[in-house]
Amino acid sequence: MRRRGDISGVSFNLTLGGLAVACLVLLLLPTVVVIIVSFTSGYSLRFPPPGYSLRWYVGLLDAWQLQFAALNSFKVAVWTTGLSVLLGVAAALGIARSRRLSATLLDSLFMSPLILPGLAFGLAALIFFSLAGWPVSLVTLVIGHTIVCVPFVVRTTVAALSQLDPALIESSASLGASKFYTFRRVTLPLIGSGVLAGAFLAFMASFDNIPVSLFLRNAGVDMLPIRMWQDLESLLDVRIAAVSGVMVAATLVLLVVMERIAGLSRRLR
Amino acid sequence: MTVRAMTVVGYDLKLALPLAGFFLVFFITPLILLVFVSLHADPEMRSFGLNQFGRFLSDPYSLKVLGHTLVIGAATTALCLVLGFPLALLFTRSPSWLRSVLILIILLPLLTSVVVRTFAWIVILGRLGIVNSALLTLGLINTPLPLLYTEGGLVVALAQVNMPLMVLPLITALSRLDPNLADASAALGAGAWRTFLRITVPLTLAGTIAGCLLTYCMSVTAFITQTLVGGGQMLLMPAYIYQQAAAVQDWPFAAAISVIFLVAVLAVVMVFNLLGRLAQSVEHG
Repeated sequence: MRRRGDISGVSFNLTLGGLAVACLVLLLLPTVVVIIVSFTSGYSLRFPPPGYSLRWYVGLLDAWQLQFAALNSFKVAVWTTGLSVLLGVAAALGIARSRRLSATLLDSLFMSPLILPGLAFGLAALIFFSLAGWPVSLVTLVIGHTIVCVPFVVRTTVAALSQLDPALIESSASLGASKFYTFRRVTLPLIGSGVLAGAFLAFMASFDNIPVSLFLRNAGVDMLPIRMWQDLESLLDVRIAAVSGVMVAATLVLLVVMERIAGLSRRLR
Repeated sequence: MTVRAMTVVGYDLKLALPLAGFFLVFFITPLILLVFVSLHADPEMRSFGLNQFGRFLSDPYSLKVLGHTLVIGAATTALCLVLGFPLALLFTRSPSWLRSVLILIILLPLLTSVVVRTFAWIVILGRLGIVNSALLTLGLINTPLPLLYTEGGLVVALAQVNMPLMVLPLITALSRLDPNLADASAALGAGAWRTFLRITVPLTLAGTIAGCLLTYCMSVTAFITQTLVGGGQMLLMPAYIYQQAAAVQDWPFAAAISVIFLVAVLAVVMVFNLLGRLAQSVEHG
C-alpha cells in the first residue's frame, strides 16, 4: 500500500514539476530573447546575434517619430489614469459595501469592458463620436481609454475597501470626526495602496492600448504601440528591439517598485 | 456586519453616479449605436434590414473566420490550463523567497506591452529564430520550418501572453484549499494522483473556471498577437472587424460582425458563469 503511494507520488511530482518548469520557460523566454536581440550588432533579428553593441539604443536618440509617439501615449495614459482614479474611486466607495441589487449591477457594468472585445468597442465609440459630430482627438482617446482602464481602479479599490475594518471608521465617527474627515484621515490612507495598484494597472493598460486607439485617434496623433505594430507588420526593424528593451526594463523597475509599495500581486488575485 | 456599522461605514451609492453616467454616455450608447448601424441594409445607411447578419451567416468564409477564432481561443485556454495549474500548485508549495521570484515571473508578461511580447515570438518562431537554428544545429532538419504564421505558433504565443490571467486566479483558489484535506486523503491511503483528481481539482473548480473565462476572452480578442503571429493569411474576428471598418469602410457590415462577435463572446461568458455556479455548489455541497 505504502509503496504504491510512493510510485504515484514520484510520477505525480515529476509530471507536475515538469509542466511547471515548462510554463516558467514559456513565461520567461520572450522577455529574455527581446533583451538579448536588442543588443545585436547586426541588421537582422537573427538569434543568437552575430555580435553585441549598443548601436540600436543609440539610434533611438534621434528616432523622433518613435519619441513623438511615446510622448503622445504618455500624455493620454496620464490623463486616462487621472480620470479613472477620480471616477473609479468614487464609484468603488459607492458600491463596495452596498448589498443592493443596483450596486451589483453597476459592478458588473463597470467590469464588462475587461471581457468585451476592445476592437468592437473602439468601432462603437467611433460611430458614436462621428454621429455626435465630435472629431477624434486626444480628448476622444482619453474618453475611450478611460472606459477600458477604469475597471482596474474600481476592482482594486473595491477589494481594498472590503478588507477595511469597519471598527476603525466607527471609532473615528464616534469620536466626533465628520464623514469627510474620516475619509481623508482613516479610509484613504488605508485603501491608498489599493488605489495606487489600480492606477498603475490603468496607466499600463492605457499606454499599451491599440484596439481603442486605432479608431479614436486622428491621423496626426501617433501612439507608441501602434507605431511599433505597424513597423513590425511592414518591416522587421531592429530598432523595435531596442524600444522593446527600454520598455521591458521600465516595466520591470515599475513592477518591483509597485510590488514593494502597493503589494501589487496580492491585489491582482 | 451590523446595521449600525453599515450606516456609518457605507458610503452613498450616489458616489457611483458619475461613473455610471460616464458609462451610459460613452459605453452603453455607443454599443446601442453599433447595433443600430448593423441593422442597415446598405453601406450608405439609407435603408434598414437584417441583410448584414444574413450576409455573415450565409457566407461560409465568414462563418469559418468565427469558428476558427473560437477554436483558437479554446486551444489557447486548454494549453494555459495544462501548464498553468502545475505552476500555481508549485507556487503554493514554495517557500516565501521563491514565491516572490515566481510572482515576478508571472506578473512581468502581464504588464509588458503586448507588442513587445508578440515581437519576441516573431524572433523565436521566425525563419532565423531560436527554434529553427536549434533544430538546424542539431541536424534534425535541413531547411527552416515554417513556424510563424501557423496555428500552432499562434496558440503558443497567445498562451504566453495570457498565462498570468490563468495562473493568478488558480493561485488564489489553491491557497484557500485546506491542506488538511490532502493530508487526510493521503492518510486514508490515496496516492498523489488520486488525491489530486478527487480533492484538489474538484475543490478549486471555481477558480479554474474564472481563469479559463479570462484567458478565453483575452485570447479571442488579442488583435495584435493574432495579426503579427498569425499573419495575413489567418484572418480572425478582430482583424475581420478592422478590415471591414477601416479598409473597406463598410460600417454596417463591420458593426454586424462586431455584434455577432460580442454575442458569441457573451454566450461563452454565460456558459462559464453557469459552470462556475455549479462548481461552487459542488465545493459547498
